[in-house]
Amino acid sequence: MYIYDQYDQTIVDERVIQFREQTQRYLAGELADAEFLPLRLQNGLYIQRFAPMLRVAIPYGMVSSNQLRKLAEIARKYDKGYVHFSTRQNVQYNWPQLEQVPDILAELATVQMHAIQTSGNCIRNTTTDQFAGVAADEIVDPRPYCEIIRQWSTFHPEFAFLPRKFKIAVNAAKKDRAATLVHDIGLYLVKNKTGEIGFKVIVGGGLGRTPLIGTVIREFLPEKHLLSYLDAVLRVYNRYGRRDNKYKARIKILVKALGTELFTQKVEVEWEQIKDGATTLTQEEINRVTDHFSVPAYEALPATSDQLAQQLADDPNFNHWYQQNVNAHKVSGYSIVTFSLKPTGVAPGDVTDKQLEAAADLADQYSFGEARVSHQQNLVLADVKQDDLYPLWQAAIQHGFATPNIGLLTDIICCPGGDFCALANAKSIPIAEAIQNRFDDLDYLHDIGELDLNISGCMNACGHHHVGHIGILGVDKKGEEFYQVQVGGNAGSDASLGKILGPSFAKEDVPEVISKLLTVYVSQRTPEERFIDTYRRIGIKPFKEQVYAKAH
Amino acid sequence: MPKLIKNQDIIDDNYQLLETVPAADQPLPEGNLLVPLTDWLENQQRYNNHSGKVGVWLDSHEEPELLAGQAQSLPVIAINFPQFTDGRGYSTGRLLRERFGFLGELRAIGDVLRDQLFYMARCGFNAFAIRADRCIHDALNGLKDFSETYQAAVDQPQPLFRRRQMQAE
Repeated sequence: MYIYDQYDQTIVDERVIQFREQTQRYLAGELADAEFLPLRLQNGLYIQRFAPMLRVAIPYGMVSSNQLRKLAEIARKYDKGYVHFSTRQNVQYNWPQLEQVPDILAELATVQMHAIQTSGNCIRNTTTDQFAGVAADEIVDPRPYCEIIRQWSTFHPEFAFLPRKFKIAVNAAKKDRAATLVHDIGLYLVKNKTGEIGFKVIVGGGLGRTPLIGTVIREFLPEKHLLSYLDAVLRVYNRYGRRDNKYKARIKILVKALGTELFTQKVEVEWEQIKDGATTLTQEEINRVTDHFSVPAYEALPATSDQLAQQLADDPNFNHWYQQNVNAHKVSGYSIVTFSLKPTGVAPGDVTDKQLEAAADLADQYSFGEARVSHQQNLVLADVKQDDLYPLWQAAIQHGFATPNIGLLTDIICCPGGDFCALANAKSIPIAEAIQNRFDDLDYLHDIGELDLNISGCMNACGHHHVGHIGILGVDKKGEEFYQVQVGGNAGSDASLGKILGPSFAKEDVPEVISKLLTVYVSQRTPEERFIDTYRRIGIKPFKEQVYAKAH
Repeated sequence: MPKLIKNQDIIDDNYQLLETVPAADQPLPEGNLLVPLTDWLENQQRYNNHSGKVGVWLDSHEEPELLAGQAQSLPVIAINFPQFTDGRGYSTGRLLRERFGFLGELRAIGDVLRDQLFYMARCGFNAFAIRADRCIHDALNGLKDFSETYQAAVDQPQPLFRRRQMQAE
């Protein structure tokens, strides 16, 4: 993975000093609340419902075992012994003391981590496919480009005070695992006819109260122009994005207001003026960064392991887990393992300090000391030998990582909701738990198959409810919590937004509603169809009728 | 006399900022003036006859393109930050410097605070009228927050990756 050089380290160290000083001035009353607010947000520090919340960047989801250990140590020392993995390849501490945040940042800097731009109206942490670099269906490894974007966006002087937050995602595989189409800028790595690497540029996607799928503004951008093109898009947005209404300030609203054609024209005119400047990437730089993501020392192994085949035949539980939590690797004899952070009864994405340390040890032992964080709030060991899967699975069971539910109904994406978040209208964690409790029969879950169920506690859609095959949104009605259910959303390369089923439901009714939706699916599906496919074929009506049918 | 940070020094501000300009039949104040962009564009004869120097100020929504071709003739251009969170002025600054060749004093006015100065300086501002209720000496420290930067900008036209490369060669 990317290792800081003296420049990177200097910038992160100087940030710690700067933020320590800003915090001191705030605590001394020299900085007003309103003035400290954007400064602390650009450093991932929120003031939440009960305590501050600190959001630490895991750039493009890559994390080393040492970094995991440091996150664990911080959780123990400065927090309540656990962390929360969010939907944006970040990790959140829910109970730090404001006074101690500079110390936490100093500790993070010792392992090349930081909280820079994890919040605020600036360019946020860039996200990507958690299987980047190991996916068999990948055109090229997107991580070097993500790192190049990370550096370019870090303290970008022109874009530190944008109209609103700004999120960039990069995906390079045929299957989009990064929800690229619902980002402010989505980048698909592509090759053109002559084999040159470049980007398809998508702008104006996003969730929240105006959910939109992004539109392509450029089919092919040669890789060397990546940063100048991003500069052009951001400059147009910075200059012309709305600032009078925060709910209309995202770039998606600008794209919509101008129309894709005019917006694209503005970007192209701007880019034309800057495209061959010093920001043009050099092949040396692309190579330099790419070298950091060099192929680990894989052993030469046969494509299939006889030992594994035997273990899969002998142990149905292992087989279950293997089917669900293990993915194909591009290197012969290796597999990608996803640790589920969604056992029943635990808030989705929450892990304890002990678990983090266990994951670090397992990464050292089985996966070259590296792990990844997925936007579905799970942890990935990307380079596991097939022969090691059985002992790894046994260890994963011990540490609570082996729930065989990846991609299934109970692998719920869920925001922290009203239990933690000051913005939330409703709780989301207890809803996730109620659903997990109701659907705890693994055979049934496997029979239902691939299903994204996403829960958000408010319109801001941190739980990505719009792009869940089933999406649940917490709403407030005269002080009471209700839940709106949507169906038909999808976050992949054929992204779609869910449609609201109808009137919202009381908390206790939600599991039954899900059950009814599944009943419709099971009765209507063809053998190969996923829930989303059936929905797309038969439409919302049968689901609606079943859910709202009067009891006889 | 009000103070100003200019070229990393604290100096007297010898320009008077006119938020609005006296009517055509009224005299202009004596001395150096900063006048609104639109007024300057419309009444250049009046300002050519003025005894002091005349610069212009742009509000955050005003486009630097309006000054294309004329920017270089001005001694001072000021850009207003109505709120420090309004980031349009950063783009305006860069465009004036990098596209319209403005070499004179580029001044940040309005809600100008210590913690924005580093970014402003990178975008080409070399003068800062710090908000009146803040200590200008303290604000001066804001220019030194970082010793290294990644991106190309006005203060450092070569991005770090090119400088890194040059060092390696």
